Amino acid sequence: MNTKKLDWLILPILGLAIVLGSWHALAGKKVVTKDAQGEIVSEVRQGAIPALPNIVETWDSCKLYIMEPFAKRGEMDQGILRFTMYSLGLVAVGYVIALVVGVPIGFFLGLSPTFAKMFDPLIQILRPVSPLAWLPLGLVMFLEAGKEAGTLAALFTIAICSMWPTVLNTAVGVRAVPQDYLNVGRVLKLSRTKTLFKILIPATLPYMFTGFRLSLGIAWLVIVAAEMLTGRPGVGGFLWQEYNALIYEHIILSIIIIGLVGFVLDRLMSVVERRFKSAL
Amino acid sequence: MAFLEIKDASKTYTTGKTRTEVLTDINLEINEGEFVAIVGYSGAGKSTLINLITGLVKTDTGSVLLEGKPVTGPGPDRGIIFQNYSLLPWLSVFENIALAVDQIFPDWTAAKRREHIESYIAMVKLTPARDKRPHELSGGMRQRVSVARTLAMNPRILLMDEPFGALDALTRGTLQQETLQIWEADKKTVVLITNDPDEAILMADRVIPLTAGPRATLGPSIPITLPRPRNRAELNENYDFKQIRAEVIDYLLKATDRRKSSITKALVLPDIEPEDVNKRRFLGPKSRPVRRSEIKQETVETT
Repeated sequence: MNTKKLDWLILPILGLAIVLGSWHALAGKKVVTKDAQGEIVSEVRQGAIPALPNIVETWDSCKLYIMEPFAKRGEMDQGILRFTMYSLGLVAVGYVIALVVGVPIGFFLGLSPTFAKMFDPLIQILRPVSPLAWLPLGLVMFLEAGKEAGTLAALFTIAICSMWPTVLNTAVGVRAVPQDYLNVGRVLKLSRTKTLFKILIPATLPYMFTGFRLSLGIAWLVIVAAEMLTGRPGVGGFLWQEYNALIYEHIILSIIIIGLVGFVLDRLMSVVERRFKSAL
Repeated sequence: MAFLEIKDASKTYTTGKTRTEVLTDINLEINEGEFVAIVGYSGAGKSTLINLITGLVKTDTGSVLLEGKPVTGPGPDRGIIFQNYSLLPWLSVFENIALAVDQIFPDWTAAKRREHIESYIAMVKLTPARDKRPHELSGGMRQRVSVARTLAMNPRILLMDEPFGALDALTRGTLQQETLQIWEADKKTVVLITNDPDEAILMADRVIPLTAGPRATLGPSIPITLPRPRNRAELNENYDFKQIRAEVIDYLLKATDRRKSSITKALVLPDIEPEDVNKRRFLGPKSRPVRRSEIKQETVETT
């Protein structure tokens, strides 16, 4: 019997089952004690991690959000996909800002050794700074925007955190452009602009797309932190609100959705990336 | 006045503290319509020499003159066929040639440019591969694209830097013949750089040996009087061909012998002593390799 054929399907399901099983085993369970009259005497949660909702509880509580994914019942009570859309919208804007700012910086870094020496140390220092550190600064910077301060701060945080992979990969890509290609441009006496658009950018594109993919991953990572702190409606905002509302089941739902969306985004980007790589 | 003239040119590369004088006393005169081949060892500075003519590399001393005017930088009047083709991998065959043609003939109509490009693609027999990208082509086909791109620029002089070096022997033979046919149609001035004396003699009017580097310089030029069109298969049996080939190879070998060779870099040997595998070893710690630097006393037997 050839079992290898179904490995790709069976093994991941097995892995999932193990994780779900462990979750359920560790999670708490409500135990209700009643007296003879049927009056509830006590209601306690038991288990290894009592406060952690188990699978059944999570499903019961989240059913509504999944089955009516686009419903809008209130500002912070909406279908999960509707929240996801809000988050994706914010990420998209922040991500585009990151690319628009990051690509030229990357080109300058790659083209000019002086520029690279000037700013590379700074970039290396700013790169590991957490989104949680940038956000308050963003809120301060956009204080005058009033109601929009939260949104602007979130965009600022997404852009500044997710820009670095694009900056660095673009710079590496520019430095890696073979001298031969540039010689072609020199022999043809291409102008600077033409060399940029006809040779440098196409030759750097595969590197840039690697940067774009990594940047998108970070942008999505940042959204949760940004929404938590600004209280915007979205997956992250929902997660934080439900934590405060003691509805822990919804935290688990949010985590799963964040993970799935991140996974899908990464897959989509790697398809695009591979297209550009195979073109060379 | 010669069409292309190199006077007392030299070139030195400096990397860190080491200075390598690649070329010295380069003097060369090439007439219009002449096919000159420069033969030399790998690493002798052949590519540097051709880059002096393209202007991609500047001379340290001396000058390069094309039609009496000094060469100050690269330009499309000196078309070069690069050693590794240098096709842009994201452009198709047509687009690669179009990049050059559009740049050099901006005042032509689009239709005229298109026709021009198509005719050169047809000339190198690549019409069926017109829309293919370089990675879909064989080495020989890529070289043809490179030839077509350079010729489509209609340069005053054609420079070829080991154009067939990366090809297998059979493809190389075919491309040499094809290039000769194309050349005979309009007899452009050509400088061919090669490490293959046979190729040089087959193709050129004049062969000039380049001695081994560093401090490479050009030897006396050897005129090739073999009648054209030349055929490689026939040449193999030709007495004159053998004579000339012997002369070229002889010169290159002797020129190398004459030079005093010296090793400037200390040769670092691995710090390890060979183990005597025949030595019987019983129980006890396994011996580890002996470092040369740990040997205190060494006896060498002399007979």
